[in-house]
Amino acid sequence: MRERHINAILLGGLLLTALAAWGLDQPFTITLATKVAILALAGVGLNITLGLGGMISLGHAAFFGIGGYAMGILASHAQSYTPLMEAPFLIEGTKSMPVIWLVAVAASALAALVIGALSLRTTGAYFIMVTLAFGQMLYYFAISWPAYGGEDGLSIYVRNGFPGLNTLDPIQFFGLCFVLLCLVLLFVARFSRAPFGLALTAARQVPARVEAVGLSPYRLQLAAFVLSGAITGLAGALFADLNRFVSPAMFSWQTSGEIMVFVILGGVARLCGPVAGAALFILLEHWLGALSEFWHIYLGALLLIVVLFARGGLIGQIAAKEAAHD
Amino acid sequence: MTEPVLSVRGLGKSFGALKATDGVSLDLRPGEIHALIGPNGAGKSTLIGQIAGGIRPDRGEIRFAGRDVTGLGTAARARLGLGRTFQISALAMEHSVLQNVVLGALGARGRAMRFWRPVMGDAILVKAAEDALERVGLSDHAAMRTAELSHGQRRQLEVAVALALKPGAFLMDEPMAGLGAEGSLRMTAFLDGLRAEAPILLVEHDMDAVFALADRISVLVYGRIIATGTAEEIRASREVREAYLGEEDA
Repeated sequence: MRERHINAILLGGLLLTALAAWGLDQPFTITLATKVAILALAGVGLNITLGLGGMISLGHAAFFGIGGYAMGILASHAQSYTPLMEAPFLIEGTKSMPVIWLVAVAASALAALVIGALSLRTTGAYFIMVTLAFGQMLYYFAISWPAYGGEDGLSIYVRNGFPGLNTLDPIQFFGLCFVLLCLVLLFVARFSRAPFGLALTAARQVPARVEAVGLSPYRLQLAAFVLSGAITGLAGALFADLNRFVSPAMFSWQTSGEIMVFVILGGVARLCGPVAGAALFILLEHWLGALSEFWHIYLGALLLIVVLFARGGLIGQIAAKEAAHD
Repeated sequence: MTEPVLSVRGLGKSFGALKATDGVSLDLRPGEIHALIGPNGAGKSTLIGQIAGGIRPDRGEIRFAGRDVTGLGTAARARLGLGRTFQISALAMEHSVLQNVVLGALGARGRAMRFWRPVMGDAILVKAAEDALERVGLSDHAAMRTAELSHGQRRQLEVAVALALKPGAFLMDEPMAGLGAEGSLRMTAFLDGLRAEAPILLVEHDMDAVFALADRISVLVYGRIIATGTAEEIRASREVREAYLGEEDA
């Protein structure tokens, strides 16, 4: 099976699951599908650095959290009718999703620019540690910042709005998240095959060659890091809206680890790997979580199997097997 | 006389007490192949690294294409037209052969920050890459994954990537390394024709190739150039024989 067919099946399957649940009046299942779409989006962001760029970031919770808090801060001001700031100019809160998304994307892109510019001066284990350190800094900052809930987080009572849609209706909110996921996947698919993708993947394999042809691996990797952070930040804003709640947990290193698990389970550097990984993760959480509180043990075992025996992840396995047939 | 394309003046680089490059001056003139030879440990790699841009010299000046490039990085020098091949092939093994050369053509035009249109659909880049592959005789392997190429073919691909840059000068670090006798002869013939296009600074261990190709030869020993001259002059130099060529007889 060609990878693009697998991708179509994955995305089609996710859409059909949500639609079937809607027809059968199972809002909980729609919420699960929405969660898959949002977490997949976070993974798609990480996959740009991890898969295409070969940069192992253990700090993507920073962007996920920034996206989440962008939503939380703007919406909390809107629901309490207090301006965000008055001087030098007035900024009001908002309950409009498009505005929140823009702010989330801009804020996480800016954070990624700063974090990337500093951490890309290192490689290997140091890069992992520096990104982790930035994530943890933001985590403790969020905990100790009382204005927005501190350790308890922030509750938003009504989901934010999108012009022309009723976002409180689970299927409509799913639709929004699904469309965003597909648009981002289209963008990633395009730039992977564009000059940027060629140069970025070459910079992962042979940075010396990329320099010798007149390109800067640092700039390519920084651009990838910013795109990656922006996408994960958008996912963070959606995730906060799904739960109508933000908390410092979004910034925790466990979150970074989970996003990485989606990518590895699904297939590193595969376009829809994070979709497969996030779907599998949510299914396991749902089924195994019902069996035992300690379902992470099974997840750990599965992760070990994938890393040891199935490096290409879920998509790699299916695509490779089918390729062997023809 | 025409101005040299590349000129190195009083270059020095020390690592602790070791003088890896000690007051090196050399020129690369239009249309010539200038070979740099020297025993192992003479500092050839350090010198090449400084000329290419990866290693910063302690003192001295490097001029290329009419300007001082001493303070510029590798990428900036490449954009000015310094085409480099590596001693150990530096190729993107997961990419196709053609993609590797397209990367060279892409870099030359500084157009990597493009996010939408497929790079392999860019007729100008692909044509430039195909031309370069044809010239080194790898056209039939364009679609192959680079990892599947033989060692000799990888050496040819190295040269093709540099060609795609349309450089003003080549910096070649042992292009014959690991090639068989026949491969060496073919590469020699190819480089012979290439000098008309752009001059080549050639670091090479294969003495047959060096004496067949080089218009001038510089001999590097312990970080210093002990002699520069034509093949005959170098062969005749007693100092060179003692320091270097004689070594093989001993």
